Amino acid sequence: MILKGENIIKQYHHDGGLISALDHVSFTVGKGDFVTVTGPSGSGKSTLLLSLFGLIRLTSGTVIFDGKRIDDISDRHLADIRKNSVGYILQSFALIPYLTTIQNVMIPLALRKIPAKEQSKRASEILDYVGLTDRMHHLPRELSAGQQQRVAIARSIVHRPQIIMADEPTGNLDPTLSLEILDFLQKINRENKITIMMVTHSPVAAEYGTMKLHLKEGKIIKT
Amino acid sequence: MTISKLVLIELWKRKSQLITGLLAITLGIAVIVAIQSVAIVSEQNVARNLDNLGANILVLPQAASIDDYYTCDIDAPTLPMDYVERILNSTIAGVDNMSPKLTRRVEVDNQSVVLTGILPKSEIASKPLWQSSGLLGAQLTTACTPGKSAIKSHGLEDEKLKRKAIDTLYIDDCLAGSQVAKKLKLSASGRIKIMGKEFKVVKILPETGTVDDDRIFANLKDVQALLKLENQVSAIEIMGCCNAISEGLLGQLRNILPDTRITTIGQIVSTQIETNQLMKKISLVMLIIIFFVGGISIGNYIWANVNERKREIGVLRMMGAGRSTIYKMFLLKALILGIAGGILGFLIGTLAGVVLGPYLAGIIVKPVYLYLLWSVLFSVAISLTGSLIPASLAANFDPYSNLQED
Ligand SMILES: Nc1ncnc2c1ncn2[C@@H]1O[C@H](COP(=O)(O)OP(=O)(O)OP(=O)(O)O)[C@@H](O)[C@H]1O
Ligand SMILES: [Mg+2]
Repeated sequence: MILKGENIIKQYHHDGGLISALDHVSFTVGKGDFVTVTGPSGSGKSTLLLSLFGLIRLTSGTVIFDGKRIDDISDRHLADIRKNSVGYILQSFALIPYLTTIQNVMIPLALRKIPAKEQSKRASEILDYVGLTDRMHHLPRELSAGQQQRVAIARSIVHRPQIIMADEPTGNLDPTLSLEILDFLQKINRENKITIMMVTHSPVAAEYGTMKLHLKEGKIIKT
Repeated sequence: MTISKLVLIELWKRKSQLITGLLAITLGIAVIVAIQSVAIVSEQNVARNLDNLGANILVLPQAASIDDYYTCDIDAPTLPMDYVERILNSTIAGVDNMSPKLTRRVEVDNQSVVLTGILPKSEIASKPLWQSSGLLGAQLTTACTPGKSAIKSHGLEDEKLKRKAIDTLYIDDCLAGSQVAKKLKLSASGRIKIMGKEFKVVKILPETGTVDDDRIFANLKDVQALLKLENQVSAIEIMGCCNAISEGLLGQLRNILPDTRITTIGQIVSTQIETNQLMKKISLVMLIIIFFVGGISIGNYIWANVNERKREIGVLRMMGAGRSTIYKMFLLKALILGIAGGILGFLIGTLAGVVLGPYLAGIIVKPVYLYLLWSVLFSVAISLTGSLIPASLAANFDPYSNLQED
């Protein structure tokens, strides 16, 4: 077990009323699992993915990561956990526009104050791994969508996280590119034993899951 | 890669935006530096000229410029002492006091000092001719001395003018300026040998911060004899009444002393002091305005930058950057802007001062490098102050809501 949620509740205040985005969600993710989270739009998938490590604060519930409770710790500690153990991939790539490929990939290492030499060594290795050696000094806008997402993947694994949280990583890509990225994530999952939790709309993508969570109106209806 | 490097790259990639961010602060500092660079030179001139404040009219040899008068070079031209009598014998009204002086740069113990021969008051008073012209007991400042209050406000009154009021300075006696005294290790009632002649130091003059500090004053007759310039003086300082000056005193003096240069120092000095004070006031007002305008303008620029980078901030937070990292990122940017604004402002201001100084103030302006330090410090202070709020707002953004935007 690497990640466990118990009775997670997230309510949003909206126009004076309460929206229940997550309603008593409980689940357990084992080390090395490839978890897919599916469900209709508005069912709370992104909320779940982003709230587990504190990017959204939960209303109540317990989150245990790597044997420790993390739902009640400070923002600072949560940031440290994200910095050291979590990699994020978003639908929109979320690259820093004025940094080159390799600079973008080095950011997680920079945040951990890793020496420059090791940074470039590790970043080049990872870029080689995702097949972007010849695009190292390009800016994001000079890359295709698939290439941008590969940079984002490289960035999410360069600091050797324990878990990758991906919110619709193929949402902006055409079917062929999607498969390429999904295969890649699967490769990372298998070769490096990195746990992956991936939100997706696509049934094809959902098939990659070794464990499947299905959300509806904030509740898990099928695992 | 470091976060500092990220800040630098971002700055560089968006350098065209910098101009708007820096405009107010740079121009503001440039104006102050320009004003101050001009003012400091002008102030030095005033300090030099204050030396002569006992008099407001200066009679110089035809060939001499005011600068010659101050540099006291060995070959500086002189004029005959008889001119003093010539003025006294004339019917010109409005001359309240006169002080003939002979000044030369001489070597004492291998040190260069300025020796000035003056006539003490007692000696002037003892001349019956002068008495008859109403000089006895004359005040050393006329009621209408221009710039009197200005001089006071410069804290340069009294002691400085006292030397004009030296009552007695006997043959073989001398007075030493504070710097000279230090340089030559003189003490009151000690002795000093100048060009082979021994003088008794009767008094060490208090420090005035002007050229006087570098001077030794002795009786005019002694100095004339020593320099073998019998009956010659470098200048005659005249105290003239303002009304008389405006009624043509200068012209009348020029008529009887055709081969001389006659200038009114008092007027020069007082306008300079007034200009300097005006400049100082303008600088202060500018300083306050720049603090607000510059601070708000930089703060506004940083805030725009923060908004433009909301998503990036969210991504950094997502990757584990703490609030303090975001905060420091924007303050670092503000710091760099501040330094750049200070340096640029200094350069533009100094350039303006050097180029425009001669036109506007008629003086040669040199760069004052100390102002670089002040410009940078001030600019950084403004920039950081103005950026505190936007930086802290950025640090406290909700990372999630900024991840969603596209
Ligand atoms: N900041 C917010 N304020 C109020 N309500 C919100 C906020 N964010 C999300 N919600 C609501 O919470 C619910 C879950 O949203 P969430 O973004 O998690 O859905 P999702 O499953 O990721 O949907 P999609 O597949 O469209 O991305 C939705 O009803 C949404 O309207
Ligand atoms: Mg979503």
